[in-house]
Amino acid sequence: MIRLERLSKVFGTVTAVDGVDMEVPEGEVCVLLGPSGCGKTTTMKMINRLIAPSAGKIFIGGRDTAGQDDVALRRSIGYVIQQIGLFPNKTIEDNICVVPDLLGWPRRKSRERAAELLSLVNLDPALFLRRYPKELSGGQQQRVGVVRALAADPPVLLMDEPFGAIDPINREVIQDEFMKLQAALRKTVIFVSHDIDEAVKMASRIAIFRDGRLVQYDRPDDILAHPKDAFVADFVGQDRTLKRLRLVRVEEAMMADPPRVQAEDTLDTAVALMREHGHGSVVMVGPRGRARGQVRLEAADGRRGLVGENHEPLPGTVLVGDDLRTAVARMFEHDVTWLACVDADGFYKGYVTQRGITHLLGATYGKRS
Amino acid sequence: MLIATLRTSSRLALLAAVFALGAVLQARGILPAMATYRQDVVYLIRGHLWLAAVSGLLAILIGVPIGILLTRSRFRLAGLVLAQVVNLGTTIPTLAILALAMTVLGLGAPSAIFGLTALTLLPIVLNTAAGLRAVPRHLVEAARGMGMTPGQILWQVELPNALYVILAGIRTALAIDVGTVPLAFLIGGGGLGELIFTGIDLMEPAMLLAGAIPTALLAIAVDWLVGQAQFWLVPRGVNPLR
Ligand SMILES: Nc1ncnc2c1ncn2[C@@H]1O[C@H](COP(=O)(O)OP(=O)(O)OP(=O)(O)O)[C@@H](O)[C@H]1O
Ligand SMILES: [Mg+2]
Repeated sequence: MIRLERLSKVFGTVTAVDGVDMEVPEGEVCVLLGPSGCGKTTTMKMINRLIAPSAGKIFIGGRDTAGQDDVALRRSIGYVIQQIGLFPNKTIEDNICVVPDLLGWPRRKSRERAAELLSLVNLDPALFLRRYPKELSGGQQQRVGVVRALAADPPVLLMDEPFGAIDPINREVIQDEFMKLQAALRKTVIFVSHDIDEAVKMASRIAIFRDGRLVQYDRPDDILAHPKDAFVADFVGQDRTLKRLRLVRVEEAMMADPPRVQAEDTLDTAVALMREHGHGSVVMVGPRGRARGQVRLEAADGRRGLVGENHEPLPGTVLVGDDLRTAVARMFEHDVTWLACVDADGFYKGYVTQRGITHLLGATYGKRS
Repeated sequence: MLIATLRTSSRLALLAAVFALGAVLQARGILPAMATYRQDVVYLIRGHLWLAAVSGLLAILIGVPIGILLTRSRFRLAGLVLAQVVNLGTTIPTLAILALAMTVLGLGAPSAIFGLTALTLLPIVLNTAAGLRAVPRHLVEAARGMGMTPGQILWQVELPNALYVILAGIRTALAIDVGTVPLAFLIGGGGLGELIFTGIDLMEPAMLLAGAIPTALLAIAVDWLVGQAQFWLVPRGVNPLR
């Protein structure tokens, strides 16, 4: 969808971008990552020709951008800048409609679109359309900045640290909102960031820059698991393995179809089941399969009775949709080596163990070395 | 709230001052004397307003575009030169400008208008340029990145965001303009200066005041009018008054 070929930019004596080759497939989020001054913004601004390349080519959808009219090109690319850049003299509605108005959309259509977009990011159109930017909080402005870029439904979106100017808690919320939007819209996004956590969270691919050069361009897990050199390893951080935990969902790491008992089973049955699987405990489920408690081998061995009368509460559960970081955090919290995994309705789906997680992370490591 | 209170109290103070002035003048018998100049005043105000309006309008029509040019990157060099010229123009005293204009254009309204326009120009040019320079760079860049042409950026982003400051310049400039029009009389331009300067020459305070008081009131009225324009024309999102 977007292809950069030997792209370079020289400002006087500074080589801001140096021979970058890169391709972003349609519908993917590519995060440009790197320390300050490494050429991320310059690379991005060359894509919508706010900066003219010194050398190299840029293709969008197979067409060389150099031959196109700059103004028309920019109108077909959504653009979000770090300072948000809402026009303070225009209402929220008019801000969102800037590009549709430039393109000459009928007024009805563009205004309806503005209302629709606002509700997409949980802002009530009735309340916000007529307001001015100064009458919005920072987080609300940031949301408007993002939907403004989407107004004319461009296939490509450029975002320069769009969530940079916002507090960490709100940033997470907006990131999640954006990911939800992106899952539905499947835009091709180029996203500048210098925050590795943000990159790991948002990216389908991460491009790591250093002094204008593209050092590594890979999927987040590969960047974290196999940093190409010391610079990348250092940049992604000592805790890069822990960061990988965020990339895997409990569902992918758990043992599915686990053994289970019900309240009316005897302790003998439970003990036999645990012995069979080599487990130290087994989960008791309700009649329809909801996780209700557990029976531990130590407590049940040699005793008689029903599971229902001898079970203990579960030390903690984790949702199948959570990431492994949450699972591990919860294990530490409850001082256990395994967790029961349930779905949103509480049905018992499987279990994750510390060994299983370690193994999974090791497996990706082993793949290449 | 505070501003509203201040406004009402200053209005009351003004009323009181006017009333006191009236009382003093009445006691000295100046007020009745002034009344005898009524017809002159009405006639001269017209000339006065005409001079102020023409020179003010010219100053706006010339000053705002110059201010815009000063901030275009293409004309940076020309802009710097122009700024120097305009600056130089205002270090010259008003009377000197009028005298110079007279030597070139002769006695009469044209030289008065030329002089007044030159004088009114500076605050307009400076404020237009300052207002435009104060528009955050990132707004212009966002506009460019979204596909606005330079003209659209100027009209939709730069001017609306600078309008308050530009109008503030026009407000000051026009107040100065109206207040300076009396000097035009010295080069045969007409206006209320006729009463003021003749009053001074003849040591006739009633005559002088018959010229000076309307001049002051006109300046206040013009200031108020442009203030209203500032309030209503500047978009609410960038209007500190609203
Ligand atoms: N207009 C310019 N003129 C001269 N040098 C420039 C210009 N723009 C950028 N540079 C230089 O090019 C290099 C790359 O700048 P760029 O803005 O792309 O960095 P960045 O990766 O976006 O950094 P940051 O994370 O701080 O935004 C820097 O060394 C910068 O000083
Ligand atoms: Mg940058």
